[in-house]
Amino acid sequence: MILAFLISLFLQTAAIQPASVMPGSDRASETPDQVGGDDIDVAEIIFEHIGDEYEWHITEWKGKPIAIPLPCIVIDDGVHVFTAHHAEENGYTFNENGKLINAATGKRPIDISITKNVLSIMMSSLLLLIVILFTARWYKKHDVMQEAPTGLAAAVEPLVMMVHDIAKENIGPDYRRFSTYLCMAFLWILLNNFLGIIPFFPGGANLTGNIAITLVLALFTFFTVNLHGTKHYYKEIFNPDVPVFLKPIMPVIEVFSAFMKPVSLTIRLFANMLAGHIMILSMVCVIFIMAKYGPLLGGGMTVVSVLFGVFLDALECLVAFIQAYVFTMLSSIYIGLARAHED
Amino acid sequence: MNLVTPEFGLLFWMVVIFGIVFFLLAKFGFPVITDMVDKRSAKIEKSLKDADEIEARMAAWKVEQAQMLEKARREQSEILRQATETKAKIVADARTQAREEADKILAEAKLQIEAEKESALRDVRKEVALLAVQVAEKVLRQELSDEGGQRAFLDKLVDEASESDRPHS
Repeated sequence: MILAFLISLFLQTAAIQPASVMPGSDRASETPDQVGGDDIDVAEIIFEHIGDEYEWHITEWKGKPIAIPLPCIVIDDGVHVFTAHHAEENGYTFNENGKLINAATGKRPIDISITKNVLSIMMSSLLLLIVILFTARWYKKHDVMQEAPTGLAAAVEPLVMMVHDIAKENIGPDYRRFSTYLCMAFLWILLNNFLGIIPFFPGGANLTGNIAITLVLALFTFFTVNLHGTKHYYKEIFNPDVPVFLKPIMPVIEVFSAFMKPVSLTIRLFANMLAGHIMILSMVCVIFIMAKYGPLLGGGMTVVSVLFGVFLDALECLVAFIQAYVFTMLSSIYIGLARAHED
Repeated sequence: MNLVTPEFGLLFWMVVIFGIVFFLLAKFGFPVITDMVDKRSAKIEKSLKDADEIEARMAAWKVEQAQMLEKARREQSEILRQATETKAKIVADARTQAREEADKILAEAKLQIEAEKESALRDVRKEVALLAVQVAEKVLRQELSDEGGQRAFLDKLVDEASESDRPHS
């Protein structure tokens, strides 16, 4: 796998010098600021897929992009709402990262646009809400003492109970208060990890591979941990039982460690999911790059690429679950530590 | 790189949406499910415990039953043995009693026969004596009708008496 990845990397760099004029990919011509018309800018394609957009680009049909226009909302000298196509008319333009800036001052306004990722958050959260509420409705309408769960409830129950059991194991007697948050975090991450693997609408948004999203999730864990910390937990941080010469150092280390926990949660989930997306996208890009080198090499590499793509997709399914599980597990352990009592 | 700088808009929306969904699900979603499933788990656990208990009790009962059966069997054989013994004893008793009774009856019969015999003999003797006296009277009357006969008889009597006074040689 590593070998194939190195090959694809080599080919990506090689592709910068145009060898021959080929039809190229549909992706190559879709962005207006594309440099060489027929060349493939792998980095561009990948960053477009893992990044955020002011519209949800779905596909290209007869040279015209098919996209869902999304409202840009900026707060500058008042609230402005417009679509990305009409940014200029409203006095805004885009910077080199594709973000909205005030055309006059060149500064970033407060930008709370409903971007592709925001829409994706909304849709996946709504989906999660519906799924869980329907499951809850099943439990309200049926007598669990008499019948086993069916349909949706049968699918959701094992996941919810798995997290519930993680909470029970790691937190202690008052785990019920926290199992709800852990269930929410786990199912939300799991759902979005899987939606991220789906390459087309309504999936395909790289949510859990976005640092803002994982940061918010980690901050939820951070506040859950530190707002519910026991006296014992805070004593361990600020006045631990250590030799006197360590007394001034320990609080610094402990506070630092308390803040590093959410950071590590953020980076772990973000980096894992992002790396998975980049690997799969690279595999797909190899197909388009190799198309330039004639049918033999192109066809051969396509087979290899598809095989590795399938392998990586399968791996991503595994990683999607593992990362959701790890996030939940670590959160529950941190909460458990904060709920520790004097023994 | 804008990859590692969190976007404010995204942070904002994520907090808002995640917060709302979390609130709703924390109120109407997860607790319903977990409570119900916990309730069910508790019931299953209790049922299993009950089943174990019942099984244990059944096993105890079975042992008890076997013991009772064994005891009953022993008692039965004991009773049978005693009955046989009693029967044998009764039969033996009856036999000895019957023998004793028979012996007694025999003895009594013997006694009575003896007595009857005695009385019969006495009657016969009396009769014989009477006959003898009557015969003797008749003979005597015959013999004593004359003086000489009377004298001769008297002498004879005196002789005999004197002879009988002497001790037997």
